[in-house]
Amino acid sequence: MDPMEAIKQTYFQECEELLLAMEEGLIAIQSGEADSEVINAVFRAVHSIKGGGGAFGFENLVAFAHIFETVLDHLRSGTLAADEEVATVLLRAGDVLADHVQAARNGEILAAEHDREIKQQLETLSGKEGGCDAAGDFDGIDFKPAVIALDDLDPAAQQGWRIHFAPHAALYAKANEPALLVRELATLGETAVTSDLSRLPALDVIEPDQAYFAWDIVLKGDIARDKIEEVFEFVVGDCELDIQPLETPAPETPEGLDVETMAPQPEVAAGQPEKKEAHAAAEAAKQTIRVDLDKVDRLVNLVGELVITQAMLSQRVAECKIPRSSPIGDGLNELEHLLRELQESVMAIRTQPVKSVFQRMPRLVRELAAQTNKKVRLVVEGEGTEVDKTVIERLGEPLTHMIRNAVDHGLETPDERAAAGKPEEGTVTLSAEHRGGRIVIEVSDDGRGINRARVREKAIERELIAASAQLSDEEIDNLIFMPGFSTASQVSNISGRGVGMDVVRRNIVDLGGRITIGSAPKSGSRFSLTLPLTLAVLDGMVVAVGDQTFVLPLAHIIESLKPQPQDIRPFGHGRHLLNVRGAYVPLVQVSELMGIKGAAKPLDGVVILVESQGTGRLALVVDAILGQHQVVIKSFEGNYRHIDGIAAATILGDGRVALILDVDGLVGRCRSQLADAELQPTGT
Amino acid sequence: MSTETIENASIRRQFITFHSGDQEFGADIMAIREIRGWTKTTSLPHAPDFVRGVINLRGVVLPVVDLKARLGRGCTDPDPKHVVVVVKAGERTIGLLVDAVSDILTVTAGDIQPTPDLARDAQAEFVEGIAVLDNRMVTILSMDRLAASLVGEGLAQAA
Repeated sequence: MDPMEAIKQTYFQECEELLLAMEEGLIAIQSGEADSEVINAVFRAVHSIKGGGGAFGFENLVAFAHIFETVLDHLRSGTLAADEEVATVLLRAGDVLADHVQAARNGEILAAEHDREIKQQLETLSGKEGGCDAAGDFDGIDFKPAVIALDDLDPAAQQGWRIHFAPHAALYAKANEPALLVRELATLGETAVTSDLSRLPALDVIEPDQAYFAWDIVLKGDIARDKIEEVFEFVVGDCELDIQPLETPAPETPEGLDVETMAPQPEVAAGQPEKKEAHAAAEAAKQTIRVDLDKVDRLVNLVGELVITQAMLSQRVAECKIPRSSPIGDGLNELEHLLRELQESVMAIRTQPVKSVFQRMPRLVRELAAQTNKKVRLVVEGEGTEVDKTVIERLGEPLTHMIRNAVDHGLETPDERAAAGKPEEGTVTLSAEHRGGRIVIEVSDDGRGINRARVREKAIERELIAASAQLSDEEIDNLIFMPGFSTASQVSNISGRGVGMDVVRRNIVDLGGRITIGSAPKSGSRFSLTLPLTLAVLDGMVVAVGDQTFVLPLAHIIESLKPQPQDIRPFGHGRHLLNVRGAYVPLVQVSELMGIKGAAKPLDGVVILVESQGTGRLALVVDAILGQHQVVIKSFEGNYRHIDGIAAATILGDGRVALILDVDGLVGRCRSQLADAELQPTGT
Repeated sequence: MSTETIENASIRRQFITFHSGDQEFGADIMAIREIRGWTKTTSLPHAPDFVRGVINLRGVVLPVVDLKARLGRGCTDPDPKHVVVVVKAGERTIGLLVDAVSDILTVTAGDIQPTPDLARDAQAEFVEGIAVLDNRMVTILSMDRLAASLVGEGLAQAA
């Protein structure tokens, strides 16, 4: 990749983070929780986006960010109050800035009308505090984001520089040595160094791992500013650095330049103050590194292989009749524990807080509320819950769709709500939590709930169910997941995008999750997504069917039992139901579904009761249960194609491939067979 | 004949040849990853007869195709003497069950004749051409087409 392109990519990645940080801050401002730190954080984010954008010549983006930044600057200096009106404009501006970034990323330029209105609003805001000369200055400048070497700007006959350098403890922690930096400065020109001991406390309160010394360095000669900055390049976030010209000749501001970057005011002259603060803030939180995802994936794969090898080893040892209590057995147990821990740690590298998806939702809700003329409040809970990156990436679309539905279909208009005795503002809650080794994400609203009569009518109209069908409330609710179902009588701009809840469900099922609905008329609906934390491993029950071995995901299994003859009742065409303590469950032979010959009859085998999401229970007949293992999921769809009823494959301890059954797929296959069986006698 | 064809004619290509049934086939050596002995496969449900199942190739789940069955000449009854040729075609890696691997063949493009029009059967779909050397006739198969036929429509019809 072209190095410039690579830097650009990094810039856009940073933009994503900055935009998220910005939005977070703006929401805090809106909810009235803004302190100066929050406003500063937003300012820094916008400023950094602008700065980077300037370097790549994204003029529109920079121009917009600049106006935005001006308003934020007023907010920061307290000349503008962060009231609700301002916050709304700022949030909207934040959205537009995100659009600008997106457009720049796609190599497009946002149409001028897209940001005209918001630009005007922002300009009104920055003019609000009346007679502000700063705003006047900015207005007068035709901003051009040219890349300018700073040394060009400095007065030609530079006398020298006064540098104040005060390292933080972090500088030392990163193995930097101030003396070397000072020595390097000396290579640029004549230096005079005085140490500044003002920060040095009394001996009894000195912390040995803190930094107290600072230095004032006078560097003489005509030296370009960036040469000096280069010296401090690696420590800029870990020290206070203030570089000022020895004598400040009145600078002539060339027309068309950003005053802020070149004015020799102390704050601006201190290198990049925003960057410095950002560094400090980041350090206060957590230290992170950027790692290529491929590297992590390779590690994950290797650990997966290791787990397989370990299982293989255990099996070989067992075959050699070495008891588990022997030293070898102990060692193996230890290895197993360590491996599991290693695997969990490696998986944890890939996890991220769901925040990254959740943060896209406030904007969506704002836009939807504006389009539908509804008043909506979005409550987000548990956004720190961590889950695998792949899961997060694939959550965006279903969540977006569900929130759209909640606002568009779920919530009523303010008038309707008032008539129903509810507050005019509807609430949509988005929450995430860990529950039993899975992540549960819920989208709920306090709207009208699912109109079951309407859903039923629609389903009959679309021939999804028979007119005479007797359905429970739950079954009716679940109809909305059927392909080809859409309750909106008119295809609206918001919901009717050709994807229905069936696609949402498909997405969730593909992730190994399930989706359930709870709904109460007039008080709202709740969609719950239950998802695995990772897509790489699975706890499964290993079963034998004929000469084949299959893995059943443990998450789907309710219980296993040995059927008694009197519990199996014939039902319909060659079908059977199994009586499980009073409840009759369809009995299905896995061998039949998978076309395997020579498998045991139901009575000789073992029945495993599984629950598929939304569609009820199923009793699967297998020959025997071989054990319970954590297996590494290996997709074969890249080399082959999807098989109904098979989720993926795995490699067992003996090195052979076993197929992982997809319970939902099996139920689907079962139903279609059942439907065929029922249709044939009546159809002809 | 244009000059282009003449230039192409001098380009040398290498093929691995193998026997399946009574025929000798060739596959471009660049597509071949390795050659393994036959091991028992895990069969896939609802798969066409030419898909023998999957095997574990160092952690990768590899579908194995019975070449003889794929070309519509009946199933192979594999024993340990049979060979699985691991082929990488595009993004896909598949195993090809054949009777035996025989040779590496270097031919120039000029030695390869187009498929005779008469032979329109299950095989024709995958044939790139026919290499004629001395008294041998080797049918050159397109690994790309063979692997691609495992996915989607082609397979659904075949099944």
